[in-house]
Formats: sequence, C-alpha cells, structure tokens
Amino acid sequence: MNVLDIKDLKVEFPGRKSVFVAVNGVDMSVEAGKILGVVGESGAGKSTVGNAVIGLLQEPGHIAGGEIYLHGKRIDQLPYKQKRLLRGRKIGMIFQDPLTSLDPLQTVESQLVETIRTHLPLSAKAARQRAVELIDSVGIPNADERIRQYPHQFSGGMRQRVVIALALCAEPELVIADEPTTALDVSIQAQILELMKKLCAERNVAMLVITHDMGVIADITDHVAVMYHGDLVEYGETTQVLGAPVHPYTQSLISAVPRPDIRVDRFPVVNYIEKAGTPQKQIDISTHWLGKSRDYGKVSGPLVKIRDLDMAFETRGSIFPSRRKYFQAVKKVSFDIEEGETFGLVGESGSGKSTIARLITGLYEPTGGSILFGTTELTSLKNRRDVLAMRRQMQMIFQDPYSSLNARMRVRDIIAEPIKFHRLASSNAEVRQIVDDLLDHVGLGAAAGKKYPHEFSGGQRQRISIARALATRPRFLICDEPTSALDVSIQAQILNLLKDLQEELGLTMLFISHDLAVIRQMCNRIGVMRHGELCEVADCDALFETPQHAYTRELLSLMPSLELLSRANLQTVDHPEA
Amino acid sequence: MIGFAARRLLQAMIVMLVVALLAFTMFRFVGDPINQMVGIETSLEEREALRERLGLNDPIPVQFLRFITQAAQFDFGTSYQFRQPVSELFAKRIPATLELSFASALFALVVGIPMGIYAGLNRESAISKLFLSVSLIGISLPTFFIGILLIFLFSVTLQWLPSFGRGEVVQVGSWWTTGFLTLSGLKALILPSITLGLYQMTLIMRLIRAEMLEVIRTDYIKFARARGLPDRLVNFRHALKNTLVPVITITGLQLGAIIAFATITETVFQWPGMGLMFLQAVQNVDIPIMSAYLLLTAFLFVAINFIVDILYFFIDPRLRVGRP
Repeated sequence: MNVLDIKDLKVEFPGRKSVFVAVNGVDMSVEAGKILGVVGESGAGKSTVGNAVIGLLQEPGHIAGGEIYLHGKRIDQLPYKQKRLLRGRKIGMIFQDPLTSLDPLQTVESQLVETIRTHLPLSAKAARQRAVELIDSVGIPNADERIRQYPHQFSGGMRQRVVIALALCAEPELVIADEPTTALDVSIQAQILELMKKLCAERNVAMLVITHDMGVIADITDHVAVMYHGDLVEYGETTQVLGAPVHPYTQSLISAVPRPDIRVDRFPVVNYIEKAGTPQKQIDISTHWLGKSRDYGKVSGPLVKIRDLDMAFETRGSIFPSRRKYFQAVKKVSFDIEEGETFGLVGESGSGKSTIARLITGLYEPTGGSILFGTTELTSLKNRRDVLAMRRQMQMIFQDPYSSLNARMRVRDIIAEPIKFHRLASSNAEVRQIVDDLLDHVGLGAAAGKKYPHEFSGGQRQRISIARALATRPRFLICDEPTSALDVSIQAQILNLLKDLQEELGLTMLFISHDLAVIRQMCNRIGVMRHGELCEVADCDALFETPQHAYTRELLSLMPSLELLSRANLQTVDHPEA
Repeated sequence: MIGFAARRLLQAMIVMLVVALLAFTMFRFVGDPINQMVGIETSLEEREALRERLGLNDPIPVQFLRFITQAAQFDFGTSYQFRQPVSELFAKRIPATLELSFASALFALVVGIPMGIYAGLNRESAISKLFLSVSLIGISLPTFFIGILLIFLFSVTLQWLPSFGRGEVVQVGSWWTTGFLTLSGLKALILPSITLGLYQMTLIMRLIRAEMLEVIRTDYIKFARARGLPDRLVNFRHALKNTLVPVITITGLQLGAIIAFATITETVFQWPGMGLMFLQAVQNVDIPIMSAYLLLTAFLFVAINFIVDILYFFIDPRLRVGRP
C-alpha cells in the first residue's frame, strides 16, 4: 500500500488580477521505503507540492482541487488542528538551508526535546535519551556532549544532520525533503544523500525528494516526477525516465546537464523554457568598437602570473600584534594563466577560490606574494591612474545576478557606466550605440536597455552582467560561479555565450566553480583548491582522467554519477511557442 | 565577555569625560560665576577674594581636574537660587522622577509588548489595524497635549484622578520618598506615567510587530511549524525570543530618554522631579543645577547602554562564545 497518494492536485494562488495556478492536476504516489524525486526548474511548482502535502502553503495559496491521501486516509481536508498533529508525527520535513532552519537561540537538545514531547508521551528524561540516540543515528559523533550546543556551533553539514534528526524524531511515515543538499558542498552532499538513503531503508519511511539537481535524482530516487510550469510532464521509474525520456521537456532538461565524462564543444542548446536569444545583429568584431584597440601588446609568457600569494584575514583584533588572530584564506598559491585560455579554479566552500579572484581584481590587498599581469606587478601599483588602467583590463562576473545589478538604474545606464567612467567613447551618441550593440550581442536586444533589472529573469540578468563586463573592452574576465544561481537550461545558454565571446574577442578567463562538470566543459587548465592551498594544476582532460592529488581523486569520486542519463538522442528542442 | 565588558566600560568613561568637559565649560564660561553669586553692592576686593577662595584663578586644567574629582563625589557646587548644595536638591528630586519613569516604562512594556505580538501574528485582523491607527496618534501627538487632554478628561470632567503633584509620599530609608505605598500616590502616578509612556508604548508595539513579521517568515519558524509544534511554542519560544535583541536595545535607549526628558510631563503635571527643577534652573540661569543635570543624564544613558550590551550576552548564545 502506498504511504502517500496525490490525486489530481491543483494549487492556486489568487492574485490581484488573476489566479496563478502553481500546481495543475498532479498525480503521484510513494511506497514505504521508497524515494520519489520531484524534479523541475524554478517555477515548476515542485516545492508547492511538498508544502501542500504537509499543509503549509503560503497564504493566499490553497488547494483548489484534488485529493491527498496518507495511508489511504484523506488529509487535505482535515481541520487545522488535526493537520498540525500530522506534521512531525506522520509527515516530517527537511528544508534546503541548514544554516537558517534551526532556531539560533535554542540548543539542539531543547529543539529536539520539545518536538519529541509534542508528539510522544515521554518524560523529559526519556525524551532527552531519545534525542541523544537520534543525534547519534544521524552520524554526529559525541552525541551526548554535542546535543547541549547551539546551532551555530555546528558546521553546515552537521546542521543538516540535526535537521534530519528533527524531521525523524517522532517516527514519521513520510519525509518531504525540499532541496536537502542544494546549500551543501559536494562531499557533504554525498554524505547527506547516503544518510537519507540509509534512514529511508532502515526505518521504512517513504520519502519525497524535491530538487532541481539531476545528479541527486539519479543518485537516490526510485521513481521520478518531472514537473514543468505546474504540470506533471513525465512520471515513472527513475531508470526509465532518465534513460529513455519521452517528453521533449525531460529530454531537453537532461541534455542540458553538463557532462562530467567527456568534453563537448558546446552545450546542447535548450530552448524549452526561455528563448536563448541569439545575436539579433551581427557585429563585425574586427571593425566594431568592441574589437578595437584590443592589441594590448603581446606578452611573452603567461598573462597572469601568481607567485606565493598569501591572504590572511584578521579574526580577532587587538592592539598587541601577538594577540591578534588570523584566518589564512589563501596559502602560498602559485599558478599561471596563459593568454587566451580559460583557467578553472575548483574547490569546496571556504577553499579560497573566490578570495583569489578578489585579490587579482584588487578588492582585497594580499598579505604576501605577487600578482603579475602582463608586465605589471599589481601588488605594487600605487598611482591611481595605473590602478584604473589595470582595472579596465580585467572585469568580473558575479554569482548572484539578483544582487550584482543596481536595481535603481536602467540597464542602459548600468552598461554605459564603465564606458563613461573610463572615457572609452567620444560622445554620448557613441556610448548609446555601443550599449545597444552590446545588448544585441549578448542576445537581449537593444530594447532591453530601457528596462530595469527586476524586469528580467536570472539568466537575462546574467547576460546584462556580461554585457557590463564587456563594456570596458577587457582582456581578462573573471567569472565567479557565474551560473550556480541559475537553472540548468539557462546555465547551458550562459556558458555557451561565454564560450562564444571568448572565441570572438580572444578573452583570457579565470573561471571559478564548485561544479566539476561545468569546469570540465569550460576550462583548458584547472587548479584544485582546498583550505586555501592549491592541490593540483593540470590540463582539463588529464585532471579528470589521471588525477594526481588524493583530494582531486576524492572530489571526482563524489561527483553524482550521471550514467543513468540518456545521452543518446541529444536533440535540440525548441520552445513550443518559438 | 570580560574583555568585552572592559572595553565598553572604557568607552563609557570616555563619553563621561567629554560630557564633564562640556558641563565644566558651561559652568565656568557661560557668564561669570561670581556675578551670579554676589549682589550688586559687593566690592571689587570682596569679589576678588571670593574668586581666589573658589579657585577660579587657578589654571583651567587644574580647575577641570577639581571639577571632575568633586563631581565623582557627587559634589556639584551650590545652587545660585536656592543657596543649597546641588546634590542635596537632586537627592530630594530623584525619587520622584525615577518612580515616574519606572511606572511609565512598565506601562509601555506591559501594554506595548502584547499589542505588538498580537499585531505581528494577526496582521490582517481588524484589531491589529485599530492598534496601528491608535499608535499613530500616540506617535504624532505632542506629550504636553496628551497630558492636558488627560487632565481635562479624568481630572476636570470626571474628577477621578488628581491633576498635579505626587499625592502623599512615604519616607523610605534616609532619602528616598515613595508614592507607591499610598492610594493617593498611586492615583497621582497614573496620568503622568501614561502621558510619558504613550510614545514609548507605540514605539515598542510597532517595533515588536515589525520584528515579528520578519521572524515569522524565517526558515526556522517554518521548520518549527513543519515539526508540528503547537502555535504557542512557535510564537513565544521561537518567534518572540528572536525578536527581543533589537527590542531590548530600543527599550534601553527609551528608558534613558524617559528619565532624561520627563521635563515636559513633569511641567504639565507639576511633578516635583528633576525635570521640573531643571526647567526652573534654566529660567533662573542656575548653572550648577544645569551642569549637574547634564552630567546625570549622560551618566544614566551610558549606564543603561552598558547594561543593555551585557544583556545581549544572556539572550544570544552566538555572542557568548569567543570567535575562533
């Protein structure tokens, strides 16, 4: 018998003018001991399904039709009080971000004990005993001691284990995990997925895993439901759906996942969700402003030469130097970036890869070492004019397209700002022309210039960021996780755009990412970082095929296996309306 | 924590020194102190003798040092108008002001916090909207107007409560007088403390409401609900406690403001506290009282801020452990 049955579920969010249908007639079910994955991109309605099941839909959203059964008993129409009693007791939930899911002012123990005692008739002592056992069973060593600590004393991965313990503490029959590993590093992700699989089998609970990550789906689910704009487009056994997808959306979604196994020239273009937007007007780079004065002079040897780079942040200040404490974010890092290549930096959070980007661009001042750009030593630049000239040659694209654009400026002004600041154009009319051309070139169209950033989607905003970065005619482009905030199909488009631009303009790129598959597709050479140290630098294929350093091998082994994914018919799927 | 407290203490002392410098400057340079003390018919020789005796011919730093030493021992000189030591005058007035401030702070907290919680949890309800509209009045009407309004309503028209003074007071210890122990004293407290506390009450209410709305949206509250915890636990143990840090900051600052700026309320209700005395001192250019009042107010603010900083440690465990 199925633990959870969802029949023709429809969820609506009434708005001021119209009703938004977030989930439109979805059927799915989960058996005990099995994991069902719900996959889709942002706006697919996958989280709404989970919230509807546990009865926590955000106001004014409500279930407009359909039925939800738990063990054959209908639960969607229960009154509030009884629904609350189901939560935690029968249905547990795991949230995305372990850093914010726990009350910072309560110890882990008090949060566990209050939950246990809400649902089970246990004494305070027995509840505590049970809490310790739970903490132990989710793999936190020294449970008796650590349970008395506050959430901030745990690392992200450990906190997610606490969250799992909290979700399981009253023996629920169904666990809903909403993006349970999205905020975690790959190595932690692998551990958490392993733990979830184990607990699911041991305790015979049914699990509903909501994710955007095909790797997670391939790794742990038995069945998978693919959602697109509120509709269930494909549903079946995971091996079946991933191996032989039937619906064009599933096919395009799968083909957009970067391949870790071999390097392909371009990402398959997926146009199902958002039109990729090809340059509307061909610009002849050799005669256009964008291509002019690009001959910065040939450098003999590498363009960027980093030697023994050190960066320490003060974590405790004191007037006595001996009492100050430092965190060494970058330790004696040396590498070269050749002109025209893409150099990848890969590592987990806190490995110091973003710090290096900021050191090169001069956002931080290094505590030691040297950065040679062409023939100029960046660390010794004092003159403001020299610094500006250097900054013009290097530009950065940031991770979060939502916070890296000034929301109060028109797109046109955002892109024109660096041109005007560096006085790269002679007249306002010329600036306007350049901005229009840039917008055309990144596939947005000149008309986009009149709008404000909030009128664009994440992928479109990242295109704006790219246009802004190009506006100084840079020689060296630093991309710090440029696509990790984007959906996979959008990611493919942006990465293709970056590849094209590099080819046309002969850009040199430093590409920073935590995603090995993306790195493999984008980079010529790769550096692997861990705890501020550079473990290994190697050519792309060599690194993936014959990794030298133990940590590189570990990282590679942690990559979710995507063998299940069908690569046979990588066809280009066009947007239905296009 | 000890290091933190020591640093804060040092900062507090610097603030006090600066304020003392201001008070001293006012005392020494706003008008000639000698002219204020003696009559018109005092001869030049007598004036010079007095100047010498009071040490007004010493170098300025020596005078300042003497001023601080004396202030630290609560010796603020003699009031020009009353011919009494300023410290004695203040000692007589402080209990009245502190009791009034305490009562109005209590009123602001006891009424403001539950209103804020209610309005934060039920933001769409009619009562919340009523609270918000009423609180707008509390913020926008000037204190003296509210005071006069209350007097007109409850003292003149209904004749329930006295319109001025402290009522009967009881002597407690050697210098403290309290109105808390007699019926007339308590009755006299009601109107002025509401007048004084209304603004703080609305402020606290709006602050708690805004913080609650913020906290309710966080993941840990959602997670607490997803674990099936009863609303009472979610709202009070998890949500309310997390709203408290900013509320304590503001409450602390406002308590200082209540004590220091009770002047208007005390005037309207003829409350025999420090504020009323200060106002009279201003009218009569009684510099020693003014500079002592300045010092005392600064001291109260600094002390309350210090206590608030220490309180954070007890509320937020993240501050308790030293950073790595």
